Amino acid sequence: MKAAPFEYVLAESLDHALECLDQYGLDARTLAGGQSLVPMMAMRLARPSMLLDINRLAELKQVDIREGAVSMGATTGQRAIENNIEVHGAIPLVRDALRWVGHIQTRNRGTIGGSLVHADPSAELPLVAVVLDATLRLCSKADGEREIAAQEFFLGPMFTATAEIECLTSIEWPIWEGSGVRTAFDETAMRHGDFAMASAACQLQIDENGVCQRAAIGIGGLDGVPRSFPELAQQLVGQRIDVRLAREIAHCAVQQTEPGSDLHADAEFRRQLAVVMLTRVLQAASTPSPHGTTNSTAHA
Amino acid sequence: MTDPKHPAYNAFKYIGRHRRAVEHRRFVTGQGHYAADVALPGLLHVAIVASPYASARIVSIDTSTALSMPGVHDVLTGEELTAQIEPMLPGVDAPKVARYPLAKGVVRYAGEWVVAVAAETRALAEDAAEMVMIEYEQTPHVIDTEGAMAEDAPRVHPDHGPNVIWHRKFTWGPVDEHFAGAKHQINYRARWARSSTVPIETFVATCLWSDATQILDVWASIQMPKYPDLLAKCLRIPGNSVRVHFDVDVGGSYGVKRGLKHSILVGYLAKKLGRPVRFLEDRLENMRGGDMQGPDRIFDVSLAFDGDGTIRSMRMRAVDDIGAYSGRSPLQLGKPVGAIVGPYRIASVEYDAYSVMTNKTPQEAVRGFGQAPTNYAIETGIDKVARFLGMDRIALRRKNLIGKDEFPYLIPSGTRYDSGDYETVLNTSLSAAPFNAIEQQRDALRAQGMLAGIGISTCLEPSGGNSAFEPLFNAKNETTTWMDSCLIRIDLNGAVTALMGTSTSGQAHETLVSTVVGEILQKDPDSVRVLHADSLNALPSNSPVGSRMAIMLGGAAAGAAKILKSKLLAIAAHNLGVNEDALTYEDGNVFIQDEPARRLEWDALVEIAHRKYHRMPTGMEPGLQEKFCWEVPSGGQLPTEDGRVQMYPCHSFECHVVLASIDPDTGKTTLHRYVVGHDCGVMISPDVVHGMTYGGVAHGLGAALLEKFAYSDEGQLLSGTFMDYLLPSSEEVPSITIVDHCTPSPLTAFGQKAPAKRAIWVVQRPLPAL
Amino acid sequence: MPSPPVTIEIKVNGLLRAQMVEPRTTLVDFLRDHLGLTGTHVGCEHGVCGACSILLNGEPVRSCCMFAVQANGMSVTTVEGLAPQRGCLSKIQDAFCETHALQCGYCTPGMLIACHALVQNTPQPDEAQIREAIGGNLCRCTGYQQIVDAVKLATTPGYQVKEKSEPIAGQPGQVAIKEASND
Repeated sequence: MKAAPFEYVLAESLDHALECLDQYGLDARTLAGGQSLVPMMAMRLARPSMLLDINRLAELKQVDIREGAVSMGATTGQRAIENNIEVHGAIPLVRDALRWVGHIQTRNRGTIGGSLVHADPSAELPLVAVVLDATLRLCSKADGEREIAAQEFFLGPMFTATAEIECLTSIEWPIWEGSGVRTAFDETAMRHGDFAMASAACQLQIDENGVCQRAAIGIGGLDGVPRSFPELAQQLVGQRIDVRLAREIAHCAVQQTEPGSDLHADAEFRRQLAVVMLTRVLQAASTPSPHGTTNSTAHA
Repeated sequence: MTDPKHPAYNAFKYIGRHRRAVEHRRFVTGQGHYAADVALPGLLHVAIVASPYASARIVSIDTSTALSMPGVHDVLTGEELTAQIEPMLPGVDAPKVARYPLAKGVVRYAGEWVVAVAAETRALAEDAAEMVMIEYEQTPHVIDTEGAMAEDAPRVHPDHGPNVIWHRKFTWGPVDEHFAGAKHQINYRARWARSSTVPIETFVATCLWSDATQILDVWASIQMPKYPDLLAKCLRIPGNSVRVHFDVDVGGSYGVKRGLKHSILVGYLAKKLGRPVRFLEDRLENMRGGDMQGPDRIFDVSLAFDGDGTIRSMRMRAVDDIGAYSGRSPLQLGKPVGAIVGPYRIASVEYDAYSVMTNKTPQEAVRGFGQAPTNYAIETGIDKVARFLGMDRIALRRKNLIGKDEFPYLIPSGTRYDSGDYETVLNTSLSAAPFNAIEQQRDALRAQGMLAGIGISTCLEPSGGNSAFEPLFNAKNETTTWMDSCLIRIDLNGAVTALMGTSTSGQAHETLVSTVVGEILQKDPDSVRVLHADSLNALPSNSPVGSRMAIMLGGAAAGAAKILKSKLLAIAAHNLGVNEDALTYEDGNVFIQDEPARRLEWDALVEIAHRKYHRMPTGMEPGLQEKFCWEVPSGGQLPTEDGRVQMYPCHSFECHVVLASIDPDTGKTTLHRYVVGHDCGVMISPDVVHGMTYGGVAHGLGAALLEKFAYSDEGQLLSGTFMDYLLPSSEEVPSITIVDHCTPSPLTAFGQKAPAKRAIWVVQRPLPAL
Repeated sequence: MPSPPVTIEIKVNGLLRAQMVEPRTTLVDFLRDHLGLTGTHVGCEHGVCGACSILLNGEPVRSCCMFAVQANGMSVTTVEGLAPQRGCLSKIQDAFCETHALQCGYCTPGMLIACHALVQNTPQPDEAQIREAIGGNLCRCTGYQQIVDAVKLATTPGYQVKEKSEPIAGQPGQVAIKEASND
C-alpha cells in the first residue's frame, strides 16, 4: 500500500499555489491535513501526478473573530479550533462537532477546510457548515476570489463545487448575536471516531420564556450531502420545543432524505437513527443550560 | 499486580508472584525485533496481483511490461511456481484440494494471489503489479454456506467433487435412547459469523538463500507447528537446508500467523534470484488473501432434558464454511470434540460435523481453534432450556455442572477432564459482580427505557495442545505426539541460559521459562537468560498453538532444570561423601542437612562440572547442559473406531457475568459491568494470565458486537480494511473484573493449565432476558 | 514516472537528520527504512490502528498519514526517544512494564506515544480521559485494561521509576538500552 509516484510542490504563497493549480489542473491535488487523502493515495484510489502542499501558508491559518462571523483559514487545524476558547464561545456548534471527528492524532493533523473539501457525507464539519449557513471562499488564478454558501458547495459524496484550479482559502462561520444561543451535536457510529451512520446538529436561540426565536437544524450521513432544513427550522420559531414537536420536526426532516445502505446500516435503520439524533439534539439544545449539551455516544 | 492467595502457591518462591515480563524492556524502548525490522543488504520486496473475481478461469497473463520496469527483478506466475514446488497439505484426506501460493489456471476467491512481483522497493513492486495484464473468464461461484452443500452447487474444486471436504457423524453413547426417555426437547440454530483475531502486525516473511551453504534463512512472523519442515518439503529442499530464526518477535497472532504460502513464495524467489526477499503483507492483502479469517459456522442443536432441568443428551450439527482451500481449518471442528459437553454432565452426544468449501478467502486457525463457536452454541441452548422450563438459568447451570468431586471426569467423546471446581467459580463470579447489585442496576436501566439484561456464561477451554484431532479427522494420519522441549545450560561463570525452539507472539515465553527455571534451581529468574534457538539448533517444538506453552514449554523447562539440579546434587554428594538424601539444596547451594557448615556453593559445583573431572562422580558427563523433551500428558493414543479420544490434557473453566443495555432507539450497546471468573490452575505468571484474559474477552466482544468478514453475493469482501472490519477500541471495551480461582491440574509440573490466552474467547450473550 | 527525490531535514529524537527521499515516502517508512528507527510500527497504513503514532512538534500524529517531505524542518519524537536518558525509562514506559500493559509489543510504541502526549497536557487524567487518549490506538492483546492501569499508576503522585538499569551517557534512541540482567 504505497502511493503512486507524484511530484511534490510546497506552496510558498497563495499565489504560488493558485499558479500551480492553474498549470496542473486535474492532475493536481491539494494537500491539507491529509488524513483522508494520504490513505486514499496509499490505496491508489487517488493518484495525482502533482501534490500541492498548502499546509505552510500562514494566510490560510488565520482565525479571526469579527462582528457577526468567525473567519477561519482553510488549513486551520481541527485540534487548534477544538482548544480555542474564544472560537468556542462564538460558534459553539463547531467545537461540539469536532469532538466527534476521528481521534486526537487525526485532529492534530486534520484541518477544517480539508474536511469540508473532502465532503464525506457522514463527516461532522460539513453538516455544521450547512446548518450554520457558512460561507466558503474559493480562489483561482483565472477567476480570482468567489464566495459560495455551504448549501451550494456540497454536490454529492466526496464531490464539491471546487473547480480543479481552485483552492478553498477560508470559511466564514456566522455568529448568532444575542443571548440564549444553544447548540447540540449527536451522532451514532459503530465506534467512537468512526464516520456516523447518522448525525444531527442544531443551533437554537431560546428566549427567557423558553420560546425559540431562531433555529437551524441538519442531518448528516443519510444523503450524499449533509442536509439542513431551513423551512422546518422556521416552524420551531415561536414555539416551546418539547419532545413531541422535536420528534415531529425530525420525522418531517427525515422524510425529505433518501438514504442508502451499507454494511453497517441499511436505509431504514439510518432513517430511524436520524429521527432519534435530531430529536435528541433539539431536546438537548432546548433544555435550559448554556449551549445545551452534546449527547455523546458511539454505538459500541 | 498483587500475588494470588491460594495455598497451592505456598510451595513456590517465584511461580505465582508478580514479576515484570522479561520481554517488556525491549518493547517499551522500541527495541523489539520483528520480522519487518530485519535489515539485509540488497533486499527485494514483493507485491501481489490478486484475483478480482470469486471464481474465474485465467485466460492469459502478460507480464512483459511489468518485467521491463526499472527496479523489477521478477514477475512470478503460478505456472512457473507450481512446477517447482510441492502443494501445501489440506489437513484432511483430500489430495485433490491442492493449494499453492499462486493460482494456476483458475482462481477460487476474490483476493487469491495470481502473480507476485519482486522489486527493489515495495513501491516499485506495486507500480509493476499494476502493469501485469491478466485476462479472466468468470465462472459460476458459490458464496452461501448451505447453498454450497447442494448437489448442483458450483464446485470449488471440481476434481475433488462436492464442496463438502470433510464430514463425519459421531455418536457417543445412547443418544436415541436418551432423547426418547427425556421429557422435553428443544431445537435451535446458532450462527457464528466469520471473524478473526486480526493482529496489528500483518504477516511478514524475509528469506535469504546462500548458494555456498545451501541454507535458506527465514525470518517470519509465524506461530505454526512444523513450519520449518513443511517449508522445506514444499520447496523440495532437505529439512536441514531451512533455518527459521525463532528469535523474531511476532506482533500478535492468536492462531492466525501461519504464512506457509507466503514463506514458500518468498523462499522460492530468494533461491531463484539469489537475493534476500521480503514479503510484508499490507493490510489489504492481509485481510483479503492472507491467513486471516476464522470459523464461519452454522449450528443446529437439539437438547433433550427433563422437567427438573437435567440435560440428558445433545445432538449438534455443525457446518463450517472454510472458504476456497483447506489448511488446518477443518480440524477446527475437531478440538471441540474434547469438550463437546462443555462443563456439563451430558451423558450422550451426537456430533454431525461438516467442512464446506465456498468461493471465499480460506479460513485459518483462530484463537480457541473452534472451541469458542461451540461454547457459544452450547451456552445458547442452556439459556433456552431455562427459559423453556421457566427455571432460573443459574440454578439450571448448578444442576448440570460437573461436580468438583467427579474428577477426573470422562465425557462421552472419550476425553477425561483433569480437574475443576465449576460451581465455586460460578459463585465467586456472581459475588464479585455482585449479582444482586447488578440486578438492581438492570432494573434501573429498564425503568429509564433501556433494554437491559444480565448475561451468564459458564464454559470450558481445553488446554495443553495435543494433536489428537489429526488422526480423528484423517485415518492416514497417525500423529500421537505433540511434544515440546527445552535445553538448559549453566556456563562456567554460573549463569543459566535456557533455549526454546519456537517463536513468541506475545505470550511472554521468556518470562515463563525463566520463572520456571528459577523456581526449580532457586535462582533469581531475572538472572536466567532465555533464547529462541533457530530451527537448526532447536529441539522439537510444536509452537504456541493449542493453549499449550504454560503446560508444555513450562513442563519441558521444569524437566530440564530438574535434571540439572539432580546433577548438581550428585556432584555435591560425591564431594561431600554422603548420600544425596542427606543433602539440602537451597538457592543453588548444597549442604548436609545435619551439618550446614559442610557445603558446596553454586560456583564450586559449577566449576567441578566444567573443569574438575577428577571430582565428578564416575561416569557423569562433564559440563552442565541438559534437555528435556516432553510428551503431552495423557496424550499418545490413537482414537477408537467410534471416534473417542483423549483430546487435550487440561481443562480451564471460566464464568462470565455481564450487565448490558441496548438503547432501543439507536441499538447502541453499553456494557456496564463485566466480571470473568476463571480457573486455570496454578498461574505461573499471574500478570500474563490476566493480560490474556482481558484480551480474550475483548476478542469475544469484538466478535459479538463489531467484527465480521462480510461478503457480497458476488463474493467480494466488504470488510477488507480497518474502516469496515471494526476492531474494538478502548472506548468500546469496558473495564473488566477478573476473579481468580485455582484448582491445580494433577497432570502438569506445577498444577498449571493454560493461561487464558485462548481460554476465554467466549462470546457473551449479554441479553438473554430480552 | 518516478518522482525526483527531495532533500529533507528532520530533527528526530533531538538529532538533525538530513536525507534524500522520494516524495511518496511516508513519514513512517522514512523513520523505519531511512533512519533505521524500527520502533515505530506499521499496522494498517490507512490511518486507523495508531501503531505508527509519533510526536510531531510535540503532538501525537499518525506517521502513515503524512509524507516525510511534509515534516521537513519539523521535530519528531519516536518511541526510541521517549526515555529521558539512555538506560532509563520514562514513568509511562516503566509503568507499562509494571502493570503488564503489553503482550506482543506491536501496538506498544504507538500506545506509549499517545499516553506520553496525554500526561504532558493532563498530568492526572481520569479513566475517561485515558480511554479517549488511546481511543485511536488499537490493541489486540490487552483489552486495554492494563494500559489504563499503567497510565493511572504512572500519574500517581510520587510514582518512581523502578527500572533497574543505570543511566548511560548519550542520547536516548541511539543505542540499545543496557540489559539489566546477568551483569
